Amino acid sequence: MEKTSDPRIPVVSLRGVTKTFPGCVVANEDVDLDLHAGEVHALLGENGAGKSTLMNILSGMVRPDRGELLFEGKRWNPRTPRQAIERGIGMVHQHFMLIPSHSVAENIALGLKGLPLFLPARKIEGRIREFSARYALDVDPNARVWQLSVGERQRVEIIKVLLRGARVLILDEPTSVLTPDEIDRFFCILGRMKNEGKAIVFITHKLGEVMEVADRITILRKGRVTAHMEASEIRRMGTAARHELAFRMVGREVFLSIGRDRVERGEPILSVKDLRVFGDRGRETVNGVSFSVHRGEVFGVVGVAGNGQRELVEAVTGLRPACGGCVSLHESAGTGTECAYIPEDRLHMGAVPDLTVTDNSILTTYRASPFSKGPFLNIPAIREWGASLASRFNIAASDLNAPARQLSGGNLQRLILARELSRNASLLVAEQPTHGLDVGSTEEIWKYLLDQRRSGAVLLVSGDLSEACELSDRIGVMFKGVMTIVEGPFTEEKSREIGLMMTGLR
Amino acid sequence: MGWQAAAAEILRRAFAFGTPLLLATLGEIYAERAGVLNLGVEGMMALGAFSGFFAASRTGNAWLGLAAAALAGAAASLIHAFFSITVRTKIQVVSGIALSFFGLGITGVLGQGLEGKPLETSLPIVHVPFLDRVPILGEALAEQNILVYAGILLAFVLWFFLFRSGWGIAVRSIGEDPAAADSLGVKVELVRYLCVILGGIMAGMGGGYLSIVYRPSWTEGMTGGMGWIVIALTIFSFWNPLVAIGGAYLFGALFYLSYKLQPFFPPELLTMLPYLATIVVLVIVSASGSLRRKMGVPAALGLPYDREGG
Repeated sequence: MEKTSDPRIPVVSLRGVTKTFPGCVVANEDVDLDLHAGEVHALLGENGAGKSTLMNILSGMVRPDRGELLFEGKRWNPRTPRQAIERGIGMVHQHFMLIPSHSVAENIALGLKGLPLFLPARKIEGRIREFSARYALDVDPNARVWQLSVGERQRVEIIKVLLRGARVLILDEPTSVLTPDEIDRFFCILGRMKNEGKAIVFITHKLGEVMEVADRITILRKGRVTAHMEASEIRRMGTAARHELAFRMVGREVFLSIGRDRVERGEPILSVKDLRVFGDRGRETVNGVSFSVHRGEVFGVVGVAGNGQRELVEAVTGLRPACGGCVSLHESAGTGTECAYIPEDRLHMGAVPDLTVTDNSILTTYRASPFSKGPFLNIPAIREWGASLASRFNIAASDLNAPARQLSGGNLQRLILARELSRNASLLVAEQPTHGLDVGSTEEIWKYLLDQRRSGAVLLVSGDLSEACELSDRIGVMFKGVMTIVEGPFTEEKSREIGLMMTGLR
Repeated sequence: MGWQAAAAEILRRAFAFGTPLLLATLGEIYAERAGVLNLGVEGMMALGAFSGFFAASRTGNAWLGLAAAALAGAAASLIHAFFSITVRTKIQVVSGIALSFFGLGITGVLGQGLEGKPLETSLPIVHVPFLDRVPILGEALAEQNILVYAGILLAFVLWFFLFRSGWGIAVRSIGEDPAAADSLGVKVELVRYLCVILGGIMAGMGGGYLSIVYRPSWTEGMTGGMGWIVIALTIFSFWNPLVAIGGAYLFGALFYLSYKLQPFFPPELLTMLPYLATIVVLVIVSASGSLRRKMGVPAALGLPYDREGG
């Protein structure tokens, strides 16, 4: 069924692909990528580096703003998932695209061509068994998907893609949901597919796994390709090259630096003791973390996504119940015991996109004077406040009565920051505060964060190591749910050390 | 009259009265299985009833009347399909209810001169040989209008398509998780349109049955809230065409009994039963997740789908 073609020509190539989403976050910028048959191509990058968007472009789910795709050296422009499937591009999504209440056979038969109209599921069982044996996948076609384990569901997804004659398989963070045993098994399946001449894209942020299975490695950071290497080369060069990869992924190079003055460290504002938190899948993802954040300091939390930092912050802000330990917030001189919060998802959690800019400026403070008088809102005061915030924080909004969704990413973030800073809270929790923003906005937001520590404490969560090193007085490195605290100041050497701790290489 | 004859009579009436309910419910099952909640059934049935009567009386051909009823229902359903699928309104309830009131209102205006005129023609009554020798059930089913048999046949056909065909898998998948179906190249919007239109055709025919067969004439508001019973019935039958057969005739029997037992029993209590039964089903369904799966509540019911997020 598969065509034999010149092995030197990549099956699929991307050239200069750029995609920007509303809210001004650049997901991909000028990305080049070649995928060859019979190779495992690892796409490494932090959460939000643009890996998934890139692959959604390849599978026809998202259309790029600029750049082109080549299929066997010829220009190709997939507009729908169907067109990508017809060319043999199959994607196994991170969140499985399976219908839980349907049987395995029904899930695989969905949209599959060449099946009889009647009783298609019964017809396909034989082929499912055949592919199961060929790739060591082992699934029961008659089982209902909701009864299957995560590993089994993944194997259903893989069969689904293979049965559609996929020549290119895109696996989006396939190991993040698997247990160690299942991962070994998955690598064995990967090997078989590779030997059958499939081009495989393996998206991950786990460096160790990449070294085990990849032939080629491309690293994305902030939507751009920061490294492109052959795995054999890296193996030859030894640990130095691995370390280099780690840095290319988490970022060590300082894009900008701002002068910071000394602020006296004061009394503790936030103390966390032996905190334990369950993740979404019911496993403990924060295993006994203790630290305190003092007045006058920025405490950075860094870690590669999925090591418990998200759950940690959600427990601190009260969004997720802790299952053990204790979080206490103390008041600081001149502030209340409030916790201001700048969430990672600024459009949907930090703001209400359909409310006006002015309304968004009082979302967390509307009940206080002067915005409320008894049960009524004080509209003139609110308008005045919105306008003053906009001018003080350089929020470039053409119309303060326009919905907040029309703001660019940087302006929206300034609005949220302005609102949260003006709450006069003792603790500010800032989650990925500059993710996706341009250099100018980033610098501005950094300044505000540093200013905030004069009156209170700042808990900064960042996937960007250079940002954390630049702003923090101390850094807690999260790895597999455990935190290691590193004292500042953060020299080049120390930040390298932290990079290794984040990726589990030290 | 012996109890057997009485039971056969109840069943006979249940079949006759349950048929429009069954037809419209089958259509609504398809729309909802594809994830579109269409509360416009009452309006589509009213339009079907009016158009069916109008076309049948003008042409003198009851079959043309039935076709007109189906066509009117389909056209009306397009309004709802456009708002819920193309415009992607997040509140499908509103456009459905609007469609209901639109259908009731416009037929009231258009039908003013036709009120009370009897229809000279009707669809044929079929006599099934030997069936009347089977006691009670056979007697009740032996001599009915052709649409009664068509309804039962359609229920089986539509059940088979929904649960045993590739199209059915696509329809049910779209109602569960449109993103998953889309990722496999299934045309989500097209399938949803077709299912809503099928819902319109079936509701239109249900209405046409009322004005051509059941009571061959036109009266304003002759659907009498049947469309709302259909919505309830769709849930009551767990979105399954075969269960809908039982449900429709059960509700049909209740309706007949509420007339018959009027001297002894407040009819309101009996006409309330379909809704009460539906609430009970809803409570049971919401109570447990695994039950939810077994009962077939479409997970994406009432939710618009947009590929690039949102």
